[in-house]
Amino acid sequence: MGHYLRRRLLQSVVVILVIIMGNFILLNSVPGDLVDVMAGRGGDMDAELMASLRERFGLDQPLPVRMIDYVGNVLTGDLGYSWPHSQPVLDVVLQRLPATTLLVVLSVMVSVLVGTVTGVLAARHAHRAVDIVLSMIVLAFYATPIFLTALGMMLIFSVKLGWLPLAGLTTAGAQEGLFATALDMAEHLVLPVASLSMFYIAIYARLARASMLQVMTQDYVRTARAKGLSEVNVILGHALRNAMLPVVTMAGLQITELFGGAVLTETIFGLPGVGRLAYDAVFSRNFPLMLGILIVCSFIIVLVNLAVDLLYTRLDPRVELDQ
Amino acid sequence: MTAIDTTLSATDAAALAEALPPRPPRFATTRRVLGSPKGVIGLLLMLGIAAMAALAPILFPLGPWAMVGRPYIWPGAGTTLMGTDVLGRDMTAAMFWGAQISLLVGLVSAAVSLVLGIAVGSVAGYFGGGTDAVLMRLTDAVQTVPAFLFTIVIVAVVSPSITSIVLAISLVSWPAVARLMRAEVLSVRKREFVQSCKVIGMSDARIILTQVIPNSLSPVIVIASVLVASAIITEAGLAFLGLGDPNVMSWGTMINLGRPSIRTTWYIALIPGGFVILTVLALNLLGDAINDAFNPHLRKR
Repeated sequence: MGHYLRRRLLQSVVVILVIIMGNFILLNSVPGDLVDVMAGRGGDMDAELMASLRERFGLDQPLPVRMIDYVGNVLTGDLGYSWPHSQPVLDVVLQRLPATTLLVVLSVMVSVLVGTVTGVLAARHAHRAVDIVLSMIVLAFYATPIFLTALGMMLIFSVKLGWLPLAGLTTAGAQEGLFATALDMAEHLVLPVASLSMFYIAIYARLARASMLQVMTQDYVRTARAKGLSEVNVILGHALRNAMLPVVTMAGLQITELFGGAVLTETIFGLPGVGRLAYDAVFSRNFPLMLGILIVCSFIIVLVNLAVDLLYTRLDPRVELDQ
Repeated sequence: MTAIDTTLSATDAAALAEALPPRPPRFATTRRVLGSPKGVIGLLLMLGIAAMAALAPILFPLGPWAMVGRPYIWPGAGTTLMGTDVLGRDMTAAMFWGAQISLLVGLVSAAVSLVLGIAVGSVAGYFGGGTDAVLMRLTDAVQTVPAFLFTIVIVAVVSPSITSIVLAISLVSWPAVARLMRAEVLSVRKREFVQSCKVIGMSDARIILTQVIPNSLSPVIVIASVLVASAIITEAGLAFLGLGDPNVMSWGTMINLGRPSIRTTWYIALIPGGFVILTVLALNLLGDAINDAFNPHLRKR
């Protein structure tokens, strides 16, 4: 492992600590503490009992001590308890994670693929009819917020045309069997994935077009052409590899943003993911759960960012040397 | 000040003008922005939205919440231009008043994130070392948390209002500005005019405010329109989830009101959605034109 990656690893640890401390501050800016919540639920509770409960939970300690306690708890996987679920927060979040992960991974794959192909196509026909039409479509995609795409697609494909299911991840009471279940899930995921991807297809198309146009003027591409390589070989074998660098960076960013965007999409399509869980947590004012979701998502994103850096040094060895 | 100006004779001024390098024509950037079709269309659309916001109190003095007729009147079917909503409120009035909220939230959030980002970025870039490391890890941390999720949690904790929404949006969007600013300041601080300010004993605060920041602003100006657009989208998203300010009618509020009946009266959600898209499109076009104007060599791409 190089010096660069070692430093990035250290930075990631610091970032996670800062996020946990930020969460603690946010949690403490909510009026009322855990004991107030219990008193509110359990009916009458006298001041003496509340004081003894505060002592038992360590809530009577000064703020810095509680902050260190909180950081320690989070780092050992204790994110608190979600009363409505009667389960630890971490368990609740982990149960909902697979649906969101599936949604995010599929959306990144679809948008990178479709976006890059669109961008390369536009670059190949730069400033001609194909490019102009593609650019206009891209502009429209780029201006449409994810939740409006989701609403529009639901209206057209589920309500009006009836081609695809309206909501949920599976059909209740559908037939058994691995293949049938997979097909059923795929049908339910088409619209959520498509609506999460549209905006990013536009971004990748713009990125890929700009960086293809830049790369195509480089000497090594001219050399590849001069060697007599086919056009497909020049693009896929030589130009695209370098044009992919900004795309890789963007994919990391997209994953970060999708965990937020998933709140809207999962709410609209009724998918049992982390985003829908966050929506429910907000409206039941379940603060430990809200912050637990924030921490788990941030932790995943830190890992994703590290993976992106690793991939980046693979694609472009100069990155390691620059640092 | 004026006394000094008048003592400068005409010949002195002419000599001074000759000694200085030729200045580009005034408002060169503005002219380039308005010279492109993207810039013109973007600006016209934005002027239209701004006119809606300005005319709302004059054309619809009753406000966006007043009932004007039966609920669910389709656009064009009754006396109103865009129909009525679930409670018989005038959709046109709601759209005009909503323009005010979107522009307000967009502009104020963008301004606050610019101030925060410029402050953090210029201090980090100028001082470097430990200050830089601390500020940049803070920036990393804010950028790592999914922005929309973070906004929702902040608004939920503080309780939804225009102030808390603007605050939450600004708190999650400054890191991009800070990064751009820092990168630019890193190169500007090594330049001779900054070094000479240090030599004559100017204070760090004064150098940053009067020399470094004004000379590092151009990349930041370019992303200003993106900040406004994303703030408008975020506000609409929050209001759509029911986390908007309950006392104001925004486009997102109307989309939220139209959602339960989207199968039948889809125009209630579609019309405000269209206004959000139009505004974002206008800001993107304007942003593209400004970007091209600041980076002329990229224009042919």
